[in-house]
Amino acid sequence: MSREPILEVDSLTVDIDGQAGRRRILDDVSIRLEAGEPMGLVGESGSGKSMTLRSILGMLPPTATIVDGEIRFQGRNILTSGPGGKFDQRIRGTGISMVFQEPAIALNPVMKVGRQITDAVAEHRGLSKRAAHDLAVDLMDRVGIADPERRAANYPFQLSGGMRQRVMIAAALAQEPQVLLCDEPTTALDVTIQAQVLDLFRSMQQENDLGLLYVTHDLAVVAQLCQSISVMKDGRIIEHGVLQEVFDDPAEDYTRTLLSATPRIDGPAQRVDGSASRLTSREEAQ
Amino acid sequence: MGKYILRRVLLMIPIVLGVATLSFILMKLAPGDPAAAYLGDKATPETVARLHRAWGLDQPMIIQYFQFLGGLVVGDFGRSFLFQTTVLELLKLRMPATLMLMLVSLVFAVIISVPLSLWVAATKSSASAIVSRVFTATVQGMPAFFVGTLLILVLGVNTGLFPVGGYGSSLGEHLYSLVLPGIAVALTICPVLIRSLTAALSDSMSAEYTNFAASKGLSRSKIVRNYAFRNAGITGISILGIQVGHLVGGALVVENVFAIPGVGSLLMEAVLARDYNVVQALTVIFGVLVVAVYLLTDIVYSIVDPRVRLGA
Repeated sequence: MSREPILEVDSLTVDIDGQAGRRRILDDVSIRLEAGEPMGLVGESGSGKSMTLRSILGMLPPTATIVDGEIRFQGRNILTSGPGGKFDQRIRGTGISMVFQEPAIALNPVMKVGRQITDAVAEHRGLSKRAAHDLAVDLMDRVGIADPERRAANYPFQLSGGMRQRVMIAAALAQEPQVLLCDEPTTALDVTIQAQVLDLFRSMQQENDLGLLYVTHDLAVVAQLCQSISVMKDGRIIEHGVLQEVFDDPAEDYTRTLLSATPRIDGPAQRVDGSASRLTSREEAQ
Repeated sequence: MGKYILRRVLLMIPIVLGVATLSFILMKLAPGDPAAAYLGDKATPETVARLHRAWGLDQPMIIQYFQFLGGLVVGDFGRSFLFQTTVLELLKLRMPATLMLMLVSLVFAVIISVPLSLWVAATKSSASAIVSRVFTATVQGMPAFFVGTLLILVLGVNTGLFPVGGYGSSLGEHLYSLVLPGIAVALTICPVLIRSLTAALSDSMSAEYTNFAASKGLSRSKIVRNYAFRNAGITGISILGIQVGHLVGGALVVENVFAIPGVGSLLMEAVLARDYNVVQALTVIFGVLVVAVYLLTDIVYSIVDPRVRLGA
């Protein structure tokens, strides 16, 4: 089962300068993601989940400094493998891409969505307008947008929240990356749409054999989507393991608290797999 | 859209009426007499009275007011007391230079403001911020006629690079002679333009859609052009439109510094001679011009912003 790691975050330590002085926001964070592995990264707000994702794409705010550690993609330390020993931006989109939390603000409001899906791939591969459009329509079709030909000419405000998130997923997958980072991509969606988008993530992950690093504070989502889980608290990874094992027997009190704080999944019971139902029964036992 | 434009055009009527009334009242309230100004010191009361009769200034105020409004409706601004020709004839002669100056100034304002704002927003360095702040504060503190005089001294007289005045006779000469005055007028609106454009660009550069564009691996130049600038430009357009009012003021003053035969110098002479019809006509025309530019700005705005165009 164990495959070569596609993405390794190794002892990543990041400080940020704020008004109260320098503060450590990531402390010795290590993550090992195998090719095709869906991993959940959970923790409360401010625990450093999003910062971890942003460091992987070299998109930390300018006030942040990487003090220590490496981020290896396909064995190469991308923090220094770019031109001039800098972050290797070439992995963005082509190797690793990201789906953001709020599609309403993460899409350019004044650009047609079809163009937003393929503008990067068109630039990298030198696609013609026509080819880029066709690819966008094809991708939109694959992420389950009905009438993609017409929708490609829409602006973000003309789409529903769920559709916008599908557009963002299509854009993130346009260059066939091996790793997809997800920063709470369903939090801004209502519950039924959330379930549909999760389904989409699962099928996209399986179809494309994606390494998935899925940030959320919702353990039920992790239960539905992931094989392994890392728990973050105060900028550290405090627990990591195979999903089922962590859910069954958390090593940390904090993880236990998180698990017990997860609301019951009363909705679509058929969507919930074994691990999550055990999570539910565990709550009932307490 | 058509309905919207029609409504806005109809709304211009009360605005124009207001501007016309105000300019009429202000001219009548101003001390001085066009006939006395025309005839000079040695005028007798009889000759002054005769001129008043000839120019219709002996009529009751209300009659004069409605004559003025009636003329406006048919595009007749009356005759100039000073130049002894119709105001329309004067406008035909002098307006092109002023409009050209405004256009050149607008271009310079954009040429100066856009790169500077982009530089500040894109580098986010304290050096660029300081340069921009010093520039805007300095320029804002200097009236257009002073900047104009400085430009004449430095780039006109000392280096001889540009003409120090006049307007030339061909389009090339017109443009060449409008370089310095154009810069002087542009600088009057640059501070506001730079500040708001910088703010808008900084916002859009740190916006989540820009982050997402970067995460797709799009090049920085494309991100700046298609994401940051496209969004900030929409703000820029409306601010540029609002600044056109200031542009009119600046152009009228600067024309006198550079001896450009536009309506600015005409207005100055007309005010001094109490040439009522000319002053009133120019006030109304510039009032209409400013309101029309606002309307045009809104239309352009709605064309570039799909959320407005398609009704978000």
